[in-house]
Amino acid sequence: MPEQTDHLLRTILADVLGLPQPVVAGFDEDTGLFGHLPELDSMAVAGLLTEIEDRFGIVIEDDEVDGELLATFGALVAFVTAKRAEAA
Amino acid sequence: MHAGATRIASWPAPAGGAEMAVLCGPEQAAPLLLLPALFDEGNKLRRFTLDLMRALAGHGIASVLPDLPGSNESLAPLEAQDLGLWRQAMAAAAAHFGAIRGLALRGGALVAPAGLAGRAYAPVAGASLLRQMLRARIIAAHEAGLEESTDALLATGQSQGLELAGHRLGPRMLADLAAAQPAPALTPIAPGDIPGPGLWLRAEPGENRAQAEALAAVVAGA
Repeated sequence: MPEQTDHLLRTILADVLGLPQPVVAGFDEDTGLFGHLPELDSMAVAGLLTEIEDRFGIVIEDDEVDGELLATFGALVAFVTAKRAEAA
Repeated sequence: MHAGATRIASWPAPAGGAEMAVLCGPEQAAPLLLLPALFDEGNKLRRFTLDLMRALAGHGIASVLPDLPGSNESLAPLEAQDLGLWRQAMAAAAAHFGAIRGLALRGGALVAPAGLAGRAYAPVAGASLLRQMLRARIIAAHEAGLEESTDALLATGQSQGLELAGHRLGPRMLADLAAAQPAPALTPIAPGDIPGPGLWLRAEPGENRAQAEALAAVVAGA
């Protein structure tokens, strides 16, 4: 499941941020997201989270959304993996 | 004038005054009423919408894109609008331009005149649009060191309206959005039927001519 989560998250990031696939494929777990990617402003974060909810079938609560959730690509994968396990 | 040339026209709004519309395609044909995406998604899809109208003209289909009162060039205050008023305005535009079918983009399916047949591309429920705008506001506030919550914002919105994603929405608009569903008379076109990710997902306005051509081909039945 983590590999599948990783792959789908890269696709969603490419769709939302309009980044070319090779750039997104080059993300590693330490790649910074919020505060590092100029495309990722508050509206984009909201869109990203909604898209993650829709495609993974999970619900992200207001109080789970903080800087750490989107600090790095690795943190986002870990969060969504945990959420999916919870929902399963 | 080539087939894809756009023209500007005005139409009388039910609330008084004139609103603007963009027309494209053969002048002798009844135009398709284009119901634009709403709020932030409307900005992101504006260029796509015009590309779509030019692509439809290439199939011999005329279209008209009216401004929703309170948006674009409209002089009406956005805060005074609600989905019911927008539906009435779109019905008035359809009558003025002789449109008998519609094509809605995303939240445009929430403001289709009652009973208007046609298609809806990637229709979205009002609650989804509202949730996303609330979330953007909460995230922006959080970054600024303020704590806001969906429940508290909605409670404020019920009495005073809310500023969401740069749009000043009145209490009636907020209530309408929470409940609105895409018009059932419009047959949906799923996002997956058009290749590539939808431009409303993007963080910033973009363009994709090939996608506009693909959607026009579906609408034209080509």
